[in-house]
Amino acid sequence: MWDKIKEFSSEFFVTGDPLILGAQVSIALTLVAIIFTLSYFKKWRWLWTEWLTSVDHKKIGIMYIIASILMLFRGGVDALLMRVQLAAPELEFLNAEHYNAIFTTHGVIMILFMAMPLMFGLFNIVVPLQIGARDVAFPFLNSLSFWMFFFGAMLFNVSFVIGGSPDAGWLAYPPLSELSGSPGVGQDFYIWGIQISGIGSLATGINFVVTILKMRAPGMKLMKMPMFSWSVLSSCVTIMLAFPILTVTLFLLFLDRYLGAHFFTLDGGGNPMMYLNLIWMWGHPEVYIVILPAFGIFSEIVATFAKKKLFGYKSMVFALMSISFFSFFTWAHHFFTMGSGANVNAFFAVTTMIIAIPTGVKVFNWLFTMYRGKLSFPTPMLWTVAFIPCFIVGGMTGVMLSVAPADFQFHNSYFLIAHFHQVLIGGVVFGYFAGLYYWWPKMFGFKLHEGLGKWAFWFWNIGFYVCFMPQYALGFMGMTRRFNEYNFDMGWQPLNVVSTVGAFLMGIAFLFQVWQIAHSIKFLKMEKTGDSWNGRTLEWSIPSPAPHYNFARIPVVTSQDDFWEKKQRKLRGEKDAPEVIAAEQAPLEPIHMPKNSGIPFIMSLSWFVAGFGFVWDWKWMIFVGMGGVIACMLARSFTYDTDYYIPVDEVQRTEAAARGAH
Amino acid sequence: MALLNKFLSGGKSQPLAAAHGQGGGQAAHGGHDAHGHDHHDQEGMKVFGFWLFLITDVILFGTLFATFVVLRLNTAGGPTGAELIEINGIIISTFILLTSSFTSGVALLEMNRGNKKGLITWLVITALLGASFIYLEVTEFIHLVHEGATIGTSAYWSSFFTLVGTHGLHVSIGLVWMVALIIQLARRGITDVTKRKVNVISLYWHFLDVIWIFVFTIVYLMGVM
Repeated sequence: MWDKIKEFSSEFFVTGDPLILGAQVSIALTLVAIIFTLSYFKKWRWLWTEWLTSVDHKKIGIMYIIASILMLFRGGVDALLMRVQLAAPELEFLNAEHYNAIFTTHGVIMILFMAMPLMFGLFNIVVPLQIGARDVAFPFLNSLSFWMFFFGAMLFNVSFVIGGSPDAGWLAYPPLSELSGSPGVGQDFYIWGIQISGIGSLATGINFVVTILKMRAPGMKLMKMPMFSWSVLSSCVTIMLAFPILTVTLFLLFLDRYLGAHFFTLDGGGNPMMYLNLIWMWGHPEVYIVILPAFGIFSEIVATFAKKKLFGYKSMVFALMSISFFSFFTWAHHFFTMGSGANVNAFFAVTTMIIAIPTGVKVFNWLFTMYRGKLSFPTPMLWTVAFIPCFIVGGMTGVMLSVAPADFQFHNSYFLIAHFHQVLIGGVVFGYFAGLYYWWPKMFGFKLHEGLGKWAFWFWNIGFYVCFMPQYALGFMGMTRRFNEYNFDMGWQPLNVVSTVGAFLMGIAFLFQVWQIAHSIKFLKMEKTGDSWNGRTLEWSIPSPAPHYNFARIPVVTSQDDFWEKKQRKLRGEKDAPEVIAAEQAPLEPIHMPKNSGIPFIMSLSWFVAGFGFVWDWKWMIFVGMGGVIACMLARSFTYDTDYYIPVDEVQRTEAAARGAH
Repeated sequence: MALLNKFLSGGKSQPLAAAHGQGGGQAAHGGHDAHGHDHHDQEGMKVFGFWLFLITDVILFGTLFATFVVLRLNTAGGPTGAELIEINGIIISTFILLTSSFTSGVALLEMNRGNKKGLITWLVITALLGASFIYLEVTEFIHLVHEGATIGTSAYWSSFFTLVGTHGLHVSIGLVWMVALIIQLARRGITDVTKRKVNVISLYWHFLDVIWIFVFTIVYLMGVM
């Protein structure tokens, strides 16, 4: 009996690595601490009713952001471990197996469990407020999306201490990711973790397209919509068209591994190269999915802190939408070396270069918005200004990579690594940080400490260039990705040391940000007004944090940057349009709101259970999990009591409390 | 079920929970109020959302079709589709599925006339036809397995079973959904909400029919005959 348990647990838990043992102990301690704290302060009911079952887009947004920051921490630790290993030749800090696992989880976590949820968090918090809506189109589905992401991410992360991490690269190319190449359960954790959270992302895409197309305040024509909402629309349309491909691709890989199918195997007529095509048909649009909202954020911030209308609104919309479109026709540039032939490579080289045109349009629009503006530089604007040169360099190296014949030299070298980190950190991460600083007061009602924010900003920026500029050179010197060690006589050490120093500077920057948040919470300086930055769009017209129902009266919109124009009219002593005044003075009415529900949480937990069952091939567990999923769907279908009304006096009291603070 | 719902619905959003009670049944109807912008046309939005879902499902099937087309010749020396598939059975099940699409359309007409009994009757007929389609498909799969063609036989059969099976899975989900909807219709009659639900499932059902026409053409007609 005892031996059986011992044998099982040595296979079930990852053992024999001191680093992972330390992590296991600290995870167990953290769990105990959380359970103790919640029980001691009797917060379990609060957690359930206020957060876990909430369908409020603002709370869901906050949960997304918390989860993504935790994932940023884990992905960041992975990065630092890799940089330590590469700091000297023939170092024995991480063995090859461990190194493979770490670069795999670093990539997956940073893209799918850090960038995506941070993006969804901002969508959730900002879009309904910006378009004058009281929630998203499908609040229940929104909560389901969050929990699917959360449990998918947990399933992926648990592989680190149970069963072993996936180690076939972040996109898991076959035949390495097939059962023959990766016989362990890590690859199954990969498939199910991403699959479950991917379904959630797909639902979010649909949800926000409907929200934006159907729920804008009266008078807000599409061409008067704030640019961030436009970028969300373009990103969500791309999600809708790209994510089903990911679902199918992972499903086929699962069938190969689980039922012995022959889609991507080397025997039985399978075709591994088909996997590369499929995964990049999703994967390339995916990088635009995460960068487009960042472009939207920069557009809002530039206009706000230049106190000028965004230059070239229409060209910006056109650029966003054309990037969405072209993103579906560039996938093969990830494997020019596959040997598809000159014509195919030429087509994908040209489409890739075409994307540089709308992107260039955007850069000029931001610059012209700043030109002759009344500029100020609080942290959101600093990130924006730092983004522009960084992204231009990243974009230009991207154009270099798009030249198919030259790519035969760059392919899989550190030049490529430096390129995509420059667009993903310099573009996506800088963008989401800018957005986080910009909308933070709207979320919580207080600003983050500016001084510490500037320290974080400079450490991130300097750290970024110190880390990644040497990598371009290393690429030219012949260093390829995914090697865990190199020989002394390659001459790569000096630049690698510099790069590692840069990575740690960014690590310090992250600590500054944690300090900044903690400091700002400790010396809480609540904002009296909901308009923290002299903003231009509707979200700044309501108190911070926004009341549960967002808008007591739905505003009527007459122009682009409606709130700004309204403030200008007031300064000039002009009157608003009659329909605007009518909407403002209309008597309050009971507000129609969705009810909280525990089904999304339980359904996603059931998916987690089913996924765990599939990973270990425990039939009873698959049965329990899938049974739970079906039961939840039926329970939802039979639920008719899904809404309620907030009565007028409740709204009046809330408004008086929020606005009385003025 | 009601108990389960009560348990699952959790707390109401604090601190405004006290507001609950005014809504109740009629709240679920949504629709326009006098001012037209207090709440949006909930049911219309759900139908629109479902159309978008169907777009994503088109991509999903499109990917499976592409996979099938790429791998259609890769039988790795094993049996081919032309050798094992009996087309007559497929033609019968095609007619059954097409007929079920027609009957679901009739159900919709009955609903629009406000005839609850007719609506339920035609939905039951649709579900029975759908179930026979699934029965025939399962029989076909068993036959193929007996003949020595499983999902692991070759890339051709992997993509065959996956494409046809994914369609069958969609139909099966539709069946469970339809039964649940029939129970709801029997209990609640034709309301704004149940009407929208019938509209949505009928969209889904027609969509699966269209997908089947492509399966029939590409997998069976072009691949077998």
